[in-house]
Amino acid sequence: MNWLIAVLQTTLFVALAPLLAGWVKCCKCRLQNRKAPSIFQPYRDLLKLTYKQPVVSEQASWVFIKAPYIIFSATVLAATVVPLIAVDLPTSASADVIVMVGFFAFARFFLALAGLDIGTAFGGMGSSREMTISSLAEPAMLMAIFTLTMTASTTNLSFAISHVLNEGLVLRPSFVFALAALVLVAIAETGRIPVDNPATHLELTMIHEAMILEYSGRHLALIEWASQLKLMLYGVLIANIFLPWGIAESFGVQALGYGLLAIMGKLAVLAVFLAIAETLVAKMRLFRVQEYLSFAYLLGLLGMLSHIILEAAR
Amino acid sequence: MSTSKWTADFLSRLGTEITVAQIDVPSITLWQIESHAWQRFAELAVQQNLRWAAGWAEQVQSLFLINACFEKQGEYVLLRTLLDDSNPELPSQATVYPAANRSERHTQDMFGIKFIGHPDNRRWTRHQAWTENSYPLRKDFPVKGTPVGITAPDIHYPFIKSHGAGTYEIPVGPVHAGIIEPGHFRFQAVGELILNLEERLGYVHKGIEKIAEGRTPESLARLAGRVSGDTTVGHCWAACMAMEQAAGVEIPPRAALIRGILAERERVANHMGDIGAICNDVAFVFAQMQFTRLRELWLRTNATVFGHRLLMDQIVPGGVVCDLSDASCSLIKKEIAELRTELAEVILALDLNTSLEDRLYTAGFLSEQTAAAFGTLGYVGRASGQDFDVRRDAPYAPYDRVMVKVALENQGDIASRVWVRYKEIRTALRLIGEFIDRLVDGDIRTEWQMPAAGSEGLGIVEGWRGEIISHIRFDADNKIARFYPRDPSQLNWAALEKLVLNNIVPDFPVCNKSLNGSYSGNDL
Repeated sequence: MNWLIAVLQTTLFVALAPLLAGWVKCCKCRLQNRKAPSIFQPYRDLLKLTYKQPVVSEQASWVFIKAPYIIFSATVLAATVVPLIAVDLPTSASADVIVMVGFFAFARFFLALAGLDIGTAFGGMGSSREMTISSLAEPAMLMAIFTLTMTASTTNLSFAISHVLNEGLVLRPSFVFALAALVLVAIAETGRIPVDNPATHLELTMIHEAMILEYSGRHLALIEWASQLKLMLYGVLIANIFLPWGIAESFGVQALGYGLLAIMGKLAVLAVFLAIAETLVAKMRLFRVQEYLSFAYLLGLLGMLSHIILEAAR
Repeated sequence: MSTSKWTADFLSRLGTEITVAQIDVPSITLWQIESHAWQRFAELAVQQNLRWAAGWAEQVQSLFLINACFEKQGEYVLLRTLLDDSNPELPSQATVYPAANRSERHTQDMFGIKFIGHPDNRRWTRHQAWTENSYPLRKDFPVKGTPVGITAPDIHYPFIKSHGAGTYEIPVGPVHAGIIEPGHFRFQAVGELILNLEERLGYVHKGIEKIAEGRTPESLARLAGRVSGDTTVGHCWAACMAMEQAAGVEIPPRAALIRGILAERERVANHMGDIGAICNDVAFVFAQMQFTRLRELWLRTNATVFGHRLLMDQIVPGGVVCDLSDASCSLIKKEIAELRTELAEVILALDLNTSLEDRLYTAGFLSEQTAAAFGTLGYVGRASGQDFDVRRDAPYAPYDRVMVKVALENQGDIASRVWVRYKEIRTALRLIGEFIDRLVDGDIRTEWQMPAAGSEGLGIVEGWRGEIISHIRFDADNKIARFYPRDPSQLNWAALEKLVLNNIVPDFPVCNKSLNGSYSGNDL
C-alpha cells in the first residue's frame, strides 16, 4: 500500500510538472499585458514533440542519444525522494536529500556531456556556463539544506518535514535565511530570470537552452519535461519544507486528497511570485551570477550560524 | 550649394599639390581630381576633419567614375576621379579613413577596380557564382547573370584566426534562431571575453544597384523603397530627391511637409520597436510588450491614414501620393497626445529599473574617437558625441523652416543609445505636430520633367538610422543609368566590431540590437 502511494506520488509529480510550467507562463503573459496560452499548452507541446522525428547530428555519439533518457530518469528518481502529498513514504525513507542533490548532479553531468558531444560552439558554451553556475549553486543549496537538517537532526526530507510539522508554527531566524538561500538557488538551478531566460531565442545568451539546441523530437520532449519536473521539484521543496501544513501524515483518501490540494495551492501561489519576479527584473550579466550565488551561499551560512547561536543552545 | 568658408579654405590649402577642377552640376559641389592624388586628398581631408560619408563607382562608356562624398559643417563635397577601363586602379582612401574600407572592397568586387594599398584586400560582396573576371556592375554583365548550376559553398573565406591556449571561435549565423535578417558573426573569445569579432555580411545581396539600371523614375522610387524595408520612407525620399535634382523638379510645399510627416512617423515606429527589442534582449519582456503595443497602434494609424502600415511607396518622384485630410490631421494629433502620456509612463518604468540599468549602462561602449573614425551616423554616432543631423546641419524642405533639436549623449554605451532614441521620438512627435500646423493648401505632386541624358543628383536625407545618401544618374529617355544608395548601416556595422570588444559573449546580442544595423541596406 505504501509503495502504491509512493508510485502514485511520483506519477503525480511527473504528470503535474507541465501544468505548473503552463501556469507560470500564463501568469507571466498576464503580467506583460498579453493574452495567455492555455495552461495545458505544455502538454500539447510535449505531445507534438513526441510525434516529430528526432533529427540527430552525424557527429553524435551514444551520449547524445541516451542522454535525454538518463536525464529524465534521474530527475524522476530525484522526485521520488521529495514528499509531495504525503510524508513517511518508503521511497523518501530510503534516500535522503543528499541523494536528491546527487541525482540532479548526475542529470546535469549528462546534459553537459550531451551539449559537448555534437561539437557545436553553442553546446560547449552552454555546458561550460552550466557547470560554472552549478559549481557555485550546489554548495549554497547544501548549506541551506544543512541548516534545515540540523534543526531536524536528519538529512531525510520526510522526517525533517514531520519534525517541522510537529513543532508547530515557530519562527526560526535560521529558516528565514535558509528559505531565502534556497529560493535564490532554485532560480539559478531551474534557469529562470535573472540567471537564465527560458524563453530566449538569442543563442549567445543561453545557458540551459544552448546545451539542448541540437535536440529535437522526443529527445527534446524528454529534456523539456525533465526541466519542468525540476522546476516543480524545487517548488515543492520550498513549499513543503518551510510551509508543510496540509501535507498528508496518514494514507487515507481524504488526507491524501487534502495533501494534493494543499500542494497545488502552494505551488500556484509560488508560481505567481516567480512570474512577478521574472516580470520585474531583467536578466543579469553572466558574471554577476557568481555574486548572486555567493550571496545565496552567504545566506545559507548565516542561516546555519543563527541556528547554532540562537536555536541550538535551547 | 554655395561654396562656404571651409571649402574655399580647403581648396586654397590643396592649391599647388592637387589640381581640382570644379565641375558645374546643379545642387552639388563637385570636385574632380587626378586619380593618383586620390589618397593624398584623403590625407589632407582627414587633417581638416572632413568626414568621409560615402564612396561608389559608376561606368560611363569606357570610363570609370570613382566618387567619394565628404562632409564638414553640413556642407557636402563630391570628389570624383576618372579611370580608364583598361587598367582601373587607384590608391586607396581606406588607409586614411577606416570608414571607406568596406565601400572600396564593394567597388573592387563589383567593378574590378583595384584599390592599391588597401589594408584589407579580401572580397566583401563578391559571390562565388561570379566567375573570376566578371564584374556585375560593369555594363557588359547581363542583369540576369550567367548562372551555371549550383554554386559551390563558400567555405574558404579567410577569416581572422586566433591561436593560443584557451582561445576559441564561435561562428554565429548566417541563419539565426530569431526572425531577423541573415549575417555571419565570427567571434574569437577567451572564456566569455570577446577578443575579436568579424562580421561577414552580404547574405541579403539583392543586386539593387544592377536592377536599378534602365528603370523609369517611378519604378526606381519603388525599388529604393525596398533597399531596407524598415527605412522605406528614408530611402525612397533620398532617391526621389536625387532624381528631382537631376531633372530640376521642385516639389510643392505641401508635398514636402507630408514627406516630413512620413519620415518622422517612420522614425517613431522604428525607435519604439528598437527600445522594446533592446529590453527584450536582456529579458525585460514587459518593456518589449509595451513598446510593441505602442508601435502596433502607431502602425495601424499609418494604415488608416496612408493606406500602408510601413508607409511604402508613399513618396514618388515629384511629390507624394497620399494627401492628408483634416480628419486625418486631427486623428494624428490626438494619437500624438496619447502616445506622449503613455511613453512617459513606460519610459519611467525603464528608468527606475535597477536591473535594467545594470545591463545597459557601460555595456557596448563606443568612444567618441572610434565613432568619429568610422563616421558612425544617427543614434549610434549621437550617443557617442557625434553632433550631426542632416535635418539641422544641411536642412532640406520641410526641415529648413523648423527647429530640429538634436539629441546628443556622450557616454557611448547602450543606455545612451536608448536615451538618444527616446529623445528623438519626442522631437519627432513635436515635428509631426508642427508640420501639420504648417500644412498649406496646394498640390501634392508636380509634373515630372524629362531629365537630360547624363544628368545626376545627390539626395541626402536623415533617415531613422541616420544620414542616407542616394546618387542617381540618368541615361537618355528618362531611364536610370546608375543608382547607389548609402544606408547609414554601411558605416555603423563596422563600429559594432569595435564596440563589442572587452564585452562578454552573452552581451553581444544587446550590443548588436542597440546598434541595429540593416543587413539589407548594407548588402544592397
